[in-house]
Amino acid sequence: MDVFIERANKKLTLTYQGKVKGLLEHLKLNPDTVLVTRNNELITEEEKLKNGDSIRILSVISGG
Amino acid sequence: MRCSLCTQPVVFSSLCKKHFIRSVEKKVKDTLKKYKLITKKDKVVVGVSGGKDSLSILYLLQKWKYKVIAVCIDEGIAGYRPSTIEDMKKFCEKYTIPYTIVSYKEAFGKTLDEMKVLLKEKPCTICGAFRRYLLNKKARELGATKLVTGHNLDDEAQAVLMNLLKHQIDLLPRLGPITGMVKDAAFVPRIKPLYFVTEKEIAAYAFLQGLGVRYVECPNAVGAYRAKVGDTLNDIERLYPGGKARLLKHFVSRLPMLKKKLHNVPLLRHCQTCDEPCVGDYCKACQLLKMLG
Repeated sequence: MDVFIERANKKLTLTYQGKVKGLLEHLKLNPDTVLVTRNNELITEEEKLKNGDSIRILSVISGG
Repeated sequence: MRCSLCTQPVVFSSLCKKHFIRSVEKKVKDTLKKYKLITKKDKVVVGVSGGKDSLSILYLLQKWKYKVIAVCIDEGIAGYRPSTIEDMKKFCEKYTIPYTIVSYKEAFGKTLDEMKVLLKEKPCTICGAFRRYLLNKKARELGATKLVTGHNLDDEAQAVLMNLLKHQIDLLPRLGPITGMVKDAAFVPRIKPLYFVTEKEIAAYAFLQGLGVRYVECPNAVGAYRAKVGDTLNDIERLYPGGKARLLKHFVSRLPMLKKKLHNVPLLRHCQTCDEPCVGDYCKACQLLKMLG
C-alpha cells in the first residue's frame, strides 16, 4: 500500500494487512497526534487495511 | 464498525460523521453557555491563523449568527504563514466574513524570522508576546467586546502542566475558558470556546466539514518546550485515555479557588511606553522591542 505522511512529506510503499493502529505502531506514530484517511475519507484506528489501499496520514499538531 | 447512535460507518471514536460533528458542536455550545463566554450583543473579534482551530471556531460562530471579524497576525514566518494566510483569506471570502491582517513587519519593523536572529529569547516567547499585544490592540480598535482564540484542550492542558513544571503557580489563575483576573477598559476579554475539544477532535471536525485547512506545523514549534510537554501528555493519554480532559476538568473546577487564593498577583497596569495593559512597568512587547534596539 502507499502511505503518505504529510508532516514528514514522506511517501512509503509498504506491504501491510491489519488495523490502522498496527500501521501507526509500525510507523512509531502516536494515534492521538494524527488523522488517517483512505481515499480522502477519515478512518478510525480499528479500520482494517489491505494492500492496494492509499493512505494519507495528517498531523493534527499545528503549534502556531 | 457502525456508529453507536445509528447505522452509519464510524469515522471518529464510536461516531459517524453526522453524530461526530454534532458532538463537537455540542461541546463548543456547552462551553459558551456554561462559562457565559459570549452573547449575541457582543462584538466578536476572532484571532485567526488560518489553521484548523481558528477556522473551525470562526466557522461555528458565523454559523451561529454571531457578529464576527477575523484578525490575522502575520508574524513573518517564511514557508509557513503565507500559506495559512491564503487559506484564511479564501475561507473568509467564501463565508463573507470581514477580515484584517496585521503584520509584525508593519507594526514593529521586523518579521519574527528577523527578530529571532537578534534576540536570545525563544521564538515562541517572542511570537506569543507580540501576537497577544497586536491581537488585543487591534480588537480594541475594532470595538470588540470579546476576543476569541482557537486554543483547544491540548493547548490548555499543556499550559497548565508547563506552569506547574516551571513553578509559575501565580500564572495559573490567568488560564481557563475566559482569560484574565481583572477588568480593564484597554484589555479585551479573551475567550476560548474550544477549551474542551481535543486537538485531534478539532482537526477531524475541520477535515469533515471541508474547511480547507492544511495540516502543517509551525517550524518554530518543532522541538519547543511546549511541543515536548504536548508529546508527553499524548504518551500518557495512550496509557490512560482521557487523562488530558481530566487534567483540565479538575483544573477548571479548582480555578475559582485559585483565583481567590492568588488574588494578590500583580494587578493589571499600563505599560509606561505604549500604555497597553500589562502586569509590570513595561509590557513584554516593549521589553523585547527595547532589546531589538
